[in-house]
Amino acid sequence: MRVAEIRIENLHKSFAHFTAVRDSTMTIGNGQFFVLLGPSGCGKTTTLRMIAGLEIPTSGKILLGGDDVTFRRAAQRDIAFVFQFFALYPHMNVRENLAFPLKTQRTARAETRKRVDEVAQMLRIEHLLRLPVGGLAGGDRQRVALGRAIIRRPKAFLMDEPLGALDAEFREMMCAELRRLHDRIGATTVYVTHDQTEAMAMGDRIAVMNKGEMLQVGPPQDVYDRPRDMFVAGFIGSPAMNFLPIDDGAANGAHEVRVAGAHIGVPRLHAGVKEGKGVIGVRPEHIRIDADGTLRGNVFAVEYMGSTQLVTIDTPAGRLRLKAPNTIQVEMRSTVGLQMDATRVVVFERDSERAVPSDLINGNGHG
Amino acid sequence: MAEIALQSLNKRFGDTQAIADFTLTVANGEFFVLLGPTGAGKTTLLRLAAGLERADSGSIAIGATDVTRMQPAHRDVTFVFQQYSLYPHYTVFDNLAFPLRSPRHRLAEDQIARKVNHVAELLGIGEKLQNRATRLSGGEMQRVAIGRALVRNPKAYLMDEPLSSLDAKLRADLRVELKRIQADLGATIMYVTHDQMEAMTLANRIGVMNQGRLIQVATPREIYSEPEDTYVACRLGSPRINLVPAHLLPDVDTPQRTVTIGVRPEDVVLGGEGPHGRVSLVETLGAETVVEIDCAGEEVRALLAHGQRFHSGETVRIAPRPGRAIFFDAGGRRIAA
Repeated sequence: MRVAEIRIENLHKSFAHFTAVRDSTMTIGNGQFFVLLGPSGCGKTTTLRMIAGLEIPTSGKILLGGDDVTFRRAAQRDIAFVFQFFALYPHMNVRENLAFPLKTQRTARAETRKRVDEVAQMLRIEHLLRLPVGGLAGGDRQRVALGRAIIRRPKAFLMDEPLGALDAEFREMMCAELRRLHDRIGATTVYVTHDQTEAMAMGDRIAVMNKGEMLQVGPPQDVYDRPRDMFVAGFIGSPAMNFLPIDDGAANGAHEVRVAGAHIGVPRLHAGVKEGKGVIGVRPEHIRIDADGTLRGNVFAVEYMGSTQLVTIDTPAGRLRLKAPNTIQVEMRSTVGLQMDATRVVVFERDSERAVPSDLINGNGHG
Repeated sequence: MAEIALQSLNKRFGDTQAIADFTLTVANGEFFVLLGPTGAGKTTLLRLAAGLERADSGSIAIGATDVTRMQPAHRDVTFVFQQYSLYPHYTVFDNLAFPLRSPRHRLAEDQIARKVNHVAELLGIGEKLQNRATRLSGGEMQRVAIGRALVRNPKAYLMDEPLSSLDAKLRADLRVELKRIQADLGATIMYVTHDQMEAMTLANRIGVMNQGRLIQVATPREIYSEPEDTYVACRLGSPRINLVPAHLLPDVDTPQRTVTIGVRPEDVVLGGEGPHGRVSLVETLGAETVVEIDCAGEEVRALLAHGQRFHSGETVRIAPRPGRAIFFDAGGRRIAA
């Protein structure tokens, strides 16, 4: 399988008065599984369609394996686009559906047969080859559609929420399947989704987009641990990161801030925050119930989740959620102390929504 | 509020036995969740309780009253549907007030206003009362729909996946609100869902259904740690429980008749004792990591706290956390350890 690097430079797309994609630059490495993540309308699908050649950018460049393809037509880009709703040919059986892209390329019959068998084996649908596609279960249809995309051996795959139509259980399964398939064939893949769990689980790297802007690019765990922006911080992770306002300000070099009068340890700050402009962000798994905790709150709800429990607490600084082991007993309506993991707290500047550089978050560049 | 007692209910639609010999008592003030996949019969059961369907046999009592032959309107239960059905041309206030203005209640307007305001506050829509229903977001509309149920003071609430049309964050927010309101009101709720997370977090007790039958009724904790059979074990927990043939884990001390061993992903210990396997997939989920291991042809998934690092292709040893394995016999039924 040939692989290719995809690079976009200062990509910009406007529709009349609406800017869909704003000055985006990134490189998707050879063989990478790259996820464009964001809410609907954030510009992720437009970005994907520009890479595919289905939209022409207003300005900027697209390079595929070093070649400038910005103005090349979709058919000349050697890319396979997998849409959300797979259209299979209902009057053909599975084998014919899989073989169809090769037929249009006038591939020799023996070669076609070999490749269909290979793809069917890879996707574990050998036993279905003679069946009509009409009667297939959802997951199998999805596999056939995937097979049809990979059989051409394109330089890259572009996928637009391919699992969006499946129910949760199926999705989890297909997620793993897609990822394994990618590990085996190693083709560069750009995958669009609004589902952060899917993005985290599948991506080698993810780009979080909002309102046409690429806010952060990096490996999923890094984006999760070191969000550089409040939108990114809130969008990734479930339950979401907690945000609490800082009472006053904080000086460059500070390793503590005040929230509702309580002293909260933070990674040493590399810049100051003005009075009334600071917000701390803490993930639910980085807050502990601890009698000695200086921030206190009232337990609003306790939700049992099997391996953990989710506790919702009202503090003077606002409502927050924490994840606790299911071995401790938490009483509804009781008052508890809270302790935060000082090495994991992110400080944000409220107006710009950007993270303040610290021992945890360094620099401002894209990861 | 009152208890709901269902006794030996049966319901067929053509050749399909939708509800089979179903007996259950939901206690007064209990939040009871029926959990099952599409087609399990949960919605049919709720409709039987509401009187929207008539049972072929069996009886239904609400409080001390046998309502089996009673019309829906006389049962004094409130139904909340999956899709909110509001009067679009009415304000939020009038939508909420509507059930109270029915001639049956004969409430004065100031009493109605007091009730509506109270419920609107509970649901955090106090500031939207004068908005038209069509001007609301989906989440707000569903709050109004739930609010319209709460203004009444029925004997019981019947809810059919009322949160399923909302996005994940809103669902999580409304979940805790609903649970809190139910506790505050001491309301009897029979709630239907296919979402195991919702069932675990909301319920005092869960009833797991399959093909019209009630398989197990217990608290979320009991169901999670002592599932009646492999079907129930698989319905709760995400990622799903590992079910492996007993011979795969020869070091585990199994009771007699054990054929399958169930181990929840968070109870899989890597790197200690036990058989060898090969890591086939690593999924980072932020707070946690899922590691999939191929062990003698069986797929085993481990849920690890953040920080433990494994890589695809690596060889690891797997074992269940001591005391946490669940044992099943040839028929898939749990064997008490």
